Amino acid sequence: MISQIFILSSKGDHLIYKDFRGESGGDAVGVFYEKVTALTGDQPPVVMSHKGLHFVHVRQGGLYWVATTTADSSPFTIIEFLNRLSALVKDYCGSLSEKSVQMNFALIYELLDEAVDYGYIQTTSSDVLKNFIQTEAVSSRPFSLFDLSNVGLFGAETQQSKVAPSSAATRPIQSSREQGGKSEIFVDVIERMSVVIGSNGMLMKADVEGEIRVKCYLPNCSEMRIGLNEEFSIGKSQLRGYGAAVRVDEVSFHQMVRLDEFDSHRILRLCPSQGEQMVMQYQLSDDLPSAPPFRLFPTIERDSGGRLLMYLKLRCDLPPKSAAINVAATIPVPKGSLSLSQELSSPDQSAELKPQSRAVVWKIPRFTGGMQLSALFKLEVPGLSSASLLEVGPVGLSFELPKLTATGLQIRFLRLSPVQPGPSQRWVRVP
Amino acid sequence: MPYLGGEETVRELRRALSNPNVQSDQLRYRNTILKVIRAMSQGVDMSGLFSEMVKACATVDVVQKKLVYVFLCSYAALNPELSLLVINTLRKDCQDPNPMVRSLALRNMTNLRLPSLVEYVEQPLAAGLRDRAACVRRVAVLGWAKLHNLQASSEIDAAVVNELYSLLRDPDPVVMVNCLRALEEILKDEGGVAINKPITHHLLNRLKECDIWGQCQVLRVLQRYRPQSEDELFDILSLLDASLVSPHPPIMAATLSLFLSLCSGQPAVSLAALERVRGPLLAACGSGSREMRFTALCHIQLLLRSIPGLMGAHYKRFFCGYAEPAYIKQRKMQVLVELVNDENVAMLLDELKGYCTDVNAETAQAAITAIGRIGRSYSDRCLEILTGLLGLKQDHITSAVVQTMRDLVWVCPQCSDTVCFALEGCEETLQDSQGRQALLWLLGVYGERVSSAPYTLEVFIDGVRSEASLGVKMELLTATMRLFLCRPAETQDMLGRLLHYCIEEETDMCVRDQALLYYRLLHCGIEETRKVLQGRRSDPSLGVLIGRPAEPVSQWARSFNTLEPLRQGSIETESVSRGSPEHTMFDPKPNADLSNTLDCSRIEKVHSGKEDFVWMEECVRCPTIPRCSPQSLQAAMQLVNIQTLAFTPPQTLPWRVYLYTHTCLDDAPHSTLILGELLYTGEEPQKAEVHKDDKALKGFLSILTTVLHTLSSERA
Repeated sequence: MISQIFILSSKGDHLIYKDFRGESGGDAVGVFYEKVTALTGDQPPVVMSHKGLHFVHVRQGGLYWVATTTADSSPFTIIEFLNRLSALVKDYCGSLSEKSVQMNFALIYELLDEAVDYGYIQTTSSDVLKNFIQTEAVSSRPFSLFDLSNVGLFGAETQQSKVAPSSAATRPIQSSREQGGKSEIFVDVIERMSVVIGSNGMLMKADVEGEIRVKCYLPNCSEMRIGLNEEFSIGKSQLRGYGAAVRVDEVSFHQMVRLDEFDSHRILRLCPSQGEQMVMQYQLSDDLPSAPPFRLFPTIERDSGGRLLMYLKLRCDLPPKSAAINVAATIPVPKGSLSLSQELSSPDQSAELKPQSRAVVWKIPRFTGGMQLSALFKLEVPGLSSASLLEVGPVGLSFELPKLTATGLQIRFLRLSPVQPGPSQRWVRVP
Repeated sequence: MPYLGGEETVRELRRALSNPNVQSDQLRYRNTILKVIRAMSQGVDMSGLFSEMVKACATVDVVQKKLVYVFLCSYAALNPELSLLVINTLRKDCQDPNPMVRSLALRNMTNLRLPSLVEYVEQPLAAGLRDRAACVRRVAVLGWAKLHNLQASSEIDAAVVNELYSLLRDPDPVVMVNCLRALEEILKDEGGVAINKPITHHLLNRLKECDIWGQCQVLRVLQRYRPQSEDELFDILSLLDASLVSPHPPIMAATLSLFLSLCSGQPAVSLAALERVRGPLLAACGSGSREMRFTALCHIQLLLRSIPGLMGAHYKRFFCGYAEPAYIKQRKMQVLVELVNDENVAMLLDELKGYCTDVNAETAQAAITAIGRIGRSYSDRCLEILTGLLGLKQDHITSAVVQTMRDLVWVCPQCSDTVCFALEGCEETLQDSQGRQALLWLLGVYGERVSSAPYTLEVFIDGVRSEASLGVKMELLTATMRLFLCRPAETQDMLGRLLHYCIEEETDMCVRDQALLYYRLLHCGIEETRKVLQGRRSDPSLGVLIGRPAEPVSQWARSFNTLEPLRQGSIETESVSRGSPEHTMFDPKPNADLSNTLDCSRIEKVHSGKEDFVWMEECVRCPTIPRCSPQSLQAAMQLVNIQTLAFTPPQTLPWRVYLYTHTCLDDAPHSTLILGELLYTGEEPQKAEVHKDDKALKGFLSILTTVLHTLSSERA
């Protein structure tokens, strides 16, 4: 049971406030923000209480989504609901930010009104809600040169224009109804990979969490078929043949997915509702089919002037045709590091010392497979001792790999039936 | 927020709202109303526009209607008379052919929350229950619950309750679930909706039709059901098996809760359910939302209390990600500590070692504490890491390491050699009072083995004038006394100086009293002093980490799937308020032969009035206490920083002791004074205390009770 729901910006501005039960006082928002600001540390605890008021919050899109509730309510339910609410707001407003929430507050009040009554969650299905929601979303997308970059020279199809820009899916779902928006459907395969490599180069831990997401802008879509690799297998028991089988440990599907063709042909059948849905989630741990995409060779020493020298070589082990983008390596450095001088191998890279997080961040916008980059960092650390070297590392690396999955999962085809009137565009992006 | 001014905005908006030109233009009218709502949700008081908004409510535009209702429901309580005007429009809307308009009107009619309107609302609500559109019925059902809470005194018609029961068979699943919710509220005094066999089976059969929120609600209500036979129980359990491994964490958690309450009489089945739920819980731990991950982690901690080995093989899932927030990292470390075994200890310690240099000082501290906990079973490896960390010479790390070593030595005395060796030179890096207190304790207890101990203490004693922390001074006194007992030649002079300073110049009563006590104790002779001061150095009985007895599931089943496990520090196994081990680690071991002599019962809870003090009374039955010698009582109290003000001579009735103590929290703006009276009227000793700070008072009481227990157990 939820007493109140409110949305606060990170600066504490009230964006949305709705009291469902009228039991607790109206100053709850103030109390919450006071508690948040009184705390140090990077994020306040998920559950806080104050004189019988219990706050549960999540952070999405840089905003606080807060519910007040009673002590005996289920945290799983409330957190899931707040996440679902933010996903709904994202679906309806296009993107999730302070600005979009501010511009669409009437729509969000309407959503809240339909989704929750007297503190009880009624429905969060976008199929049901679309019949009730009347307000039009106000889109806040500024003009961007990025849109132009997809137009090829003399209208020729460039390689780039085949991949939809990542911003293509950030528009409100409702506008497709009146404004003649394109009937589009996006299928994303997203894998989060976390790999720990020991200093000796040994793979200590590897985890892949993947999901197939469908974002649907079709007003009424009847049935969709998504075909996965035929050699896709689940669980450890199955014998592996010679071919590059695609294997995952565990799979779970959205409840609307029908699996009658899954066992024989690896086809998912579903009728997507408007908005974004997680069709399938899967996990793979420890046993990656391919080598991790990067190798790092660090050398760390002190020079005669008492400076810390870090020489890093980073090799990308992807096939030469693909590339990683937005690569960022975070290297923790000793406390009290003052200044950084750097030698990087190309001008588009950058490196920066962040004293707050005590780390050097090395950014590489694009990293083609098979390449090797190197960087030399010299750090001025007063009072450098041999013990300070213990504070260097471990290095964290974050990156995106478009059109490549660690498990090798691919989408063979995407079919909609019956055929839509008019041209409908199908985008398949596999980052 | 550009115009927070208020006054001006309200006036401008009123002019716009009453402008006939605006009113005739659909779009402009709606935009003006939008502006009102926007200002309202930013916190500007818009109640002055109530009458204008009431007029705006009579429109055919559904969007405008919805906006106006948002406004009206927020301010209705301030304008009960004007709200009467809305009722007519609302009642008219209840007859509208469009079901959306009907449900909207009905919902907002009940959301106005005005007791004076109840009589107008009842009739449309009753009609709403029989509406042909499900969305109207959903609203009407909950409307009755709102009505009931609005006028708690008025009895809701039995006919309505019956109708609600019959609507449990409504074809729409949301109506069914709403009926459950409404009946729970209306029949709260009778213990909620009646859960009998037919209703239970009906609900279970329709569970699949509900969405996840509805399923959670049904599963929760069913927790009250008690199956009549074992066969029925197992039928229900098999039916619910699919929900138990549901990919949706809310359903999984609600089902497990239901399982635990249904199988409360069959521990083996409960344990099997916990095993089954392991997969989904681990999956929730890897969820994209970090709040969800946190929730799952906290609940895994609960499960581990009953099956410590449940996640042993999956320890890698609890390694911290680089970018995870501190609160998740700290929980993960708490879980990791529980999962240690011979195979994974090397990997685990390696991982934890990496966290010790985390940017966030609290995370680093938690990692060091976690290593200390593992050190109880694998002391050599852990001490190696801890001594290595001292080499970093960073104040917060050194402080945490010294505190951890102190706690470790208290449990594993065999580590003391390594610890004593490592202590040399720490005092230069230590900054905070907690760390220095820990160092002083170690020097006092193991002074004979640390060659430089007297010199370290001398530095402290020379700086005692500028010492701000009360705790450090008290600890310094005790440490110097202890060191004097084993190395008198080196310490005698500085002890004299310290006692002189504390007795003659110190302004704080606690420190002065303690110094006086030690001074008098020394007068009694060295043997007496030794008896009082040289207590235990360790308490190995606090137990090793592995092989901790598994708690029965029923210990925590009630708090599963509530906010309780997510609270900060709810799982804290060790006291975090760091004092010396003998001060904090009172292990309330229920001594079997004591149970007939000792019995605590709290007579009255805290009285908290407008005054800034709290009064509490507690009764402790331990008849031997008044026969203790006052000196031993005083000495015992002083060891836990409770000072004695005055007491009556022994063997007199009524026998009284007056006590006081300070809370000495470093971060608290002001310290709390606790005054206490121990009263023995011939039958039962009692005590009454005065002052604020509820938590401190409870802590004081528990410490005091423990002291009394210990004393009387010595006498017994």
